[in-house]
Amino acid sequence: MAALLEVKNLVTEFPRHGAAPVKAVNDVSFSLEKGRVLGLVGESGSGKSVTGFSIMGLVDAPGRVAAGDIFFNGENLADLNAEEMRRLRGRHIAMVFQDPMMTLNPVLRIETQMTETLLAHEKMDRAEARARARDALGMVGIPSPEERLSAYPHEFSGGMRQRVAIAIALLHSPELIIADEPTTALDVTIQAQIISEFQRLAEERDTAVIWITHDLAIVSRLADDIAVMYAGRLVETGPVAQVLTDPRHHYTRGLMDSVPSQNTRGALLKQIPGMTPSPANLPSGCSFHTRCGGADGLCTKLPPEIWEGERSYRCVHPLGARALDAITGEAVS
Amino acid sequence: MVTSIIRRFIQALFVIVAMTVIVFLAVNVIGNPVDILINPDANQAERARVIAEYGLDQPLWRQYIDFLAGLLRGDFGNSFVYGRSALQVILERFPATLELALSALVIALVVGLPLGLYAGLRPRSVASRIIMSGSILGFSLPTFWVGLMFILLFSVQLGWLPSNGRGETVEILGMRWSFLTEDGLRHLFLPALNLALFKTSLVLRLTRAGVQEVLPQDYIKFARAKGLSERRIISVHVLKNLMIPVVTIVGLEFGSLIAFSVVTESIFAWPGMGKLIIDSINLLDRPVIVAYLMMMVLIFVGLNFIVDLCYTLLDPRVRLDAKR
Ligand SMILES: Nc1ncnc2c1ncn2[C@@H]1O[C@H](COP(=O)(O)OP(=O)(O)O)[C@@H](O)[C@H]1O
Ligand code: SF4
Ligand SMILES: [Mg+2]
Repeated sequence: MAALLEVKNLVTEFPRHGAAPVKAVNDVSFSLEKGRVLGLVGESGSGKSVTGFSIMGLVDAPGRVAAGDIFFNGENLADLNAEEMRRLRGRHIAMVFQDPMMTLNPVLRIETQMTETLLAHEKMDRAEARARARDALGMVGIPSPEERLSAYPHEFSGGMRQRVAIAIALLHSPELIIADEPTTALDVTIQAQIISEFQRLAEERDTAVIWITHDLAIVSRLADDIAVMYAGRLVETGPVAQVLTDPRHHYTRGLMDSVPSQNTRGALLKQIPGMTPSPANLPSGCSFHTRCGGADGLCTKLPPEIWEGERSYRCVHPLGARALDAITGEAVS
Repeated sequence: MVTSIIRRFIQALFVIVAMTVIVFLAVNVIGNPVDILINPDANQAERARVIAEYGLDQPLWRQYIDFLAGLLRGDFGNSFVYGRSALQVILERFPATLELALSALVIALVVGLPLGLYAGLRPRSVASRIIMSGSILGFSLPTFWVGLMFILLFSVQLGWLPSNGRGETVEILGMRWSFLTEDGLRHLFLPALNLALFKTSLVLRLTRAGVQEVLPQDYIKFARAKGLSERRIISVHVLKNLMIPVVTIVGLEFGSLIAFSVVTESIFAWPGMGKLIIDSINLLDRPVIVAYLMMMVLIFVGLNFIVDLCYTLLDPRVRLDAKR
């Protein structure tokens, strides 16, 4: 069975004055099956959002997808014209943004912002669109949806606004939802509610999800697969159960060590030393070598992508059980 | 909401009262109307009679009280020049000025909005650069100079359009209007364009700045992510946010459009209030000057009030604050 989404060697660049373009996304490949949840993790600035926008065809100009292919339902998105791309957005691939305070248009009623989404893709009369919008609001847990339809965004709290955005994303029961840190801006309790509701709704509809976050705890709870991104590249991918119990890449390990958990509560968390490199000025080879405890001279050359069953990583000194086999780099190709 | 309207209304009244004092004092400082009212050959008794007739022998405060009382009755006294009610003289000229200012406003919006929208959406295109340079000209060239150039080019050289007067008019609701006849429209075109020049540049720049502020917002990207057409995004999501500053500024500026019509009316011999006030100042026709100034105060204060209301209607966030 062909994957629902297949991203192959994606490169997304932002041009700069008098310098080579910034590769915000650099040679990224992954695929996603129908109904699966992929957690895309990495520190801020690693290129997660740009990956999402590249799939949506919404990279801010003058940025552009410079290389690679994105297949959705077997169709190469690069072959679609603007109108075909528009028909895909919102109906087959939906997106939820990070900051719920900024996602809804402040001068339009919730009703308008919901019904226009329906009418952009389906022929129906106002009353029907309104009814569907109301049902969608009720579904995401907004009380008295009928009345709330005529409210403006500023009359909602942040959490409620994010529910509205999720309701909008679900209106057409899309095959894929890209959720770009949808709970980062919210309180922890509201975060938990929204995550579990989102999970239920996505499961009911068999919707595939790319859940972008920097929070490994969310990924371990929500995702089937994980893709770890560092400075524009995927450094490790695979099933969550394998990657988060037995990471290969030192960056993944570092991220895991900096997550608060039951047994480290109260103790100082280990932070990854140093700073995320600026994408404008990346270290050569494995970009992580400036911060990696296991780095040596080999790491200044770009490590090849190493496959091990369902998982892959880019590290010349991988951690874990199979580390010795891979260390020479010749055992795999 | 209602209390805030009442509060604003009381503020407006205060402004008007303060302005009556300023206007009254200012007008008593310029010239002595007796000099132009009375034939220099007139004898002493004749002078005294005229001075008493116009109340000029009374102390200043007495004159102010009379002035206020007259104001409330809409009575500014008789024009020294026309010998009729000053207010009536002004109101006769008002439609001409209103027509000119409204035409200029329409031109400013019809030209400024689409050009500003285009320049905002395609900031790097050659056309946008030409539009923006043009708007700098519109800002910096003096109105009277452009008016003279219009006359030289379109009236004198090309002979396409007339350069003075209102042309043929039609009477509606007791007022005469030019824009309903072909000849009137031809007369209206050049002065309206001249008056519109500055405001067109203003609307254009406001619109462009608004577009550039709205476009990078997350809610526009989200609208795209919903699969809305570009047309809907621009005509609803961008334009609705844009209208808030544009309506506010344009509404406030409408008063200055009426006030600045003085220059255009003088150049094109347009028989409106602006031309009247210049003539009246030359002749020291005090009641007309006072009536004109008070009318301007009313127009400015009234516009401010209306713009406030519109702003509340356009921006739901303000509406809520007012409710609290
Ligand atoms: N609109 C833009 N213009 C220029 N560079 C951008 C733009 N958006 C993103 N980038 C570059 O891409 C990098 C990755 O951004 P992003 O995908 O937003 O990171 P995150 O992983 O936090 O979502 C940024 O560090 C920045 O250098
Ligand atoms: S390749 Fe080298 S620098 Fe990069 S993670 Fe592995 S050991 Fe560390
Ligand atoms: Mg991001």
